[in-house]
Amino acid sequence: MNTDKKEKGRLGRFVESFGLPRLIIAAFLLLLLILAPIVGADLPTQITNIIARFSWNGILVLAMVPMVHSGCGLNFGLPLGIISGLLGATLSIEFGFTGPISFVMAILIATPFALVFGCGYGWLLNKIKGGEMMIATYVGFSSVSLMCMMWLILPYKSPNMVWGLSGKGLRTTISLEGYYIDALAKILRIKIGNLEIPTGTLLFFALLALAIWAFLHTKTGTAMTAVGSNPTFARAAGINVDKIRLLSVVMSTWLAAVGILVYEQGFGFVQLYMAPFYMALPAVSAILIGGASVNKASIMNVIIGTILFQGIVTMTPTVMNNIVHMDVSEVIRIIASQGMILYALTRRTEGSK
Amino acid sequence: MNKSGKTKFNLGSFLRRSSVPIMFIIICAFCIPLSGLSPSYLINEIVTRMGRNAFLILSLLIPIMAGMGLNFGMTLGAMAGEIGLILASDWQIIGIPGMILAMILSIPISILLGLFCGKILNMAKGREMITSYIMAFFINGVYLFVVLYMMGSVIPIKHNNIKLPRGYGIRNTVSLLSMRQKLDNLIPLTINGVKIPVATFIVIAVLCLFIMWFRRTKLGQDMRAVGQDMEVARDAGINVERTRIISIIMSTILAGIGMIIYLQNMGNIATYSSHSQIGMFCIAALLVGGASVDKASIGNVFLGVILFHLMFIVAPKAGAAITGDSMIGEYFRVFVSYAVITIALIMYETSKRKQKKMGGEALRQAQLEEEKK
Repeated sequence: MNTDKKEKGRLGRFVESFGLPRLIIAAFLLLLLILAPIVGADLPTQITNIIARFSWNGILVLAMVPMVHSGCGLNFGLPLGIISGLLGATLSIEFGFTGPISFVMAILIATPFALVFGCGYGWLLNKIKGGEMMIATYVGFSSVSLMCMMWLILPYKSPNMVWGLSGKGLRTTISLEGYYIDALAKILRIKIGNLEIPTGTLLFFALLALAIWAFLHTKTGTAMTAVGSNPTFARAAGINVDKIRLLSVVMSTWLAAVGILVYEQGFGFVQLYMAPFYMALPAVSAILIGGASVNKASIMNVIIGTILFQGIVTMTPTVMNNIVHMDVSEVIRIIASQGMILYALTRRTEGSK
Repeated sequence: MNKSGKTKFNLGSFLRRSSVPIMFIIICAFCIPLSGLSPSYLINEIVTRMGRNAFLILSLLIPIMAGMGLNFGMTLGAMAGEIGLILASDWQIIGIPGMILAMILSIPISILLGLFCGKILNMAKGREMITSYIMAFFINGVYLFVVLYMMGSVIPIKHNNIKLPRGYGIRNTVSLLSMRQKLDNLIPLTINGVKIPVATFIVIAVLCLFIMWFRRTKLGQDMRAVGQDMEVARDAGINVERTRIISIIMSTILAGIGMIIYLQNMGNIATYSSHSQIGMFCIAALLVGGASVDKASIGNVFLGVILFHLMFIVAPKAGAAITGDSMIGEYFRVFVSYAVITIALIMYETSKRKQKKMGGEALRQAQLEEEKK
């Protein structure tokens, strides 16, 4: 990929392999962590926050992996999967499930939706190879805005979810109190002083990550990587490219559905209507920050990326506010995350195009 | 790209190409009676909205000509226009001179942003649209930084009525009362109760003429050549990268001026949100007018404005009439805007693939014939 590798020192090579923006972001997070105790922020609380946010978002970022592997690019259509998750969540509550069972039921109900939506979405993406990312973005947008209407029209009845006054149409945010709030986080929760670790959620993430890792090492998984890195070669080797791509899209969509449910159990609310609209972008930038590119991503990228991204999101407001007394965190978050996506898009990648 | 299209008028392909406008005509025809709005009100609204939006939408044409697709980065120009207007209104230059000053201020910012955007897009050939789309978000972060933190602290802002109470940063809305509809009302004309913003239309007409003239210039021809095939253009001695950057810069400048015209009609700036949706609405309107990702004409712009905004006006009322809930209509029009862009993008990609396939088959045919001889 890079022709002028000869005359660079070891540091230069390291920077190149790790990526300069990634290095800057990692250094920035490190700086924030060092500064935090100095400016009077409680470090254990901060770390608790980072871990908690990692556990909420991990699976949403993981949902990028299959599609990147099969060469479908970054899954900007994540909202489609999120919608399947939301359908699972609301239907599970509607059917009267409570407590942790409602979480299991939400996943079970979301699954058929994710499979159907994923199949349709994958079929579409097979029709338009080469332009996946832009169309994925707009498939996400269209589906979110379509569902905005649906949330109003669908005959939901549960008094905990519909508007109190008119008795119909779902609320914009639905509290999960009494349903599956902390359903995973409660399991084996570790508490040391101010430090709190939601072991259950982390284990659940680890389980799925392991499953994806194992899958990528099966025969089908290897075929998926082959399709992603060189579709012509893969076709010559007798792999049904379209089928593999479809499978990867369905997997991504299902992971997104589960991901949003895990996010909700930590966050404590179901957010409907326009909330899923921009949810793809943080996940996309997280995996890119973790070292993935448009056609290459590993589980390690997911873990590193989510920690770095969520670390910056949680740390900047507290630390920056204490230093300069103005809330530039939003600006830093936007520039860092969008800048990362831009950087990744401008890299020349083999296999694509 | 499309050699066979010109030879024969083909009803099927015509229907396919204009399926989006036809769909919209049907939606509008269905919604107008349901909305219960009077024709004169509708005509009035459409004329106003055409004056407001046409310039912005026209700014999209040049990058399409250069084969760079829909320029989601037009938001960059919109932001430059807003910065120009904020400064002009702080210096209390009112009326038309204020607008002209805002335009002059916006142009250097637009050039800088356009140059940056063009350079990045050259690095991401083949993915221009998604890159320009992310670019809009990225520059929005920079814009936030400038407007929310730099203005008032580094960039002097004198008047407290546009500053946040904390002493720096711009308020959520900046009133443009002194410029409100100054251009629209410069030459007052009312026909049958329909108010026509003559001066705005003149400006738009001048831009249309400029675009028509520009197409025939050397640079315009170069852009079209680049749009057709980058490699062939490069072999013909055209500096492809430079041409592409120029097309983006021009689009950004025009978008900046367009935004100023848009905002003088609205009468205030929503500092942090005016520009965020503008790209999406303009692109949707252009596509509704029958444009595609690689082909758009001035006619598409005007047809698009009429159809898209007609739908926009009548959808909430019609939605309320059908379901008894006005929110459904609101969501419906948002959905339709996104769906139109989605469909247009899908049609573009599928036809591109089909053409590629046809090209391959034609080559094979030619080779077979060669062998026969």
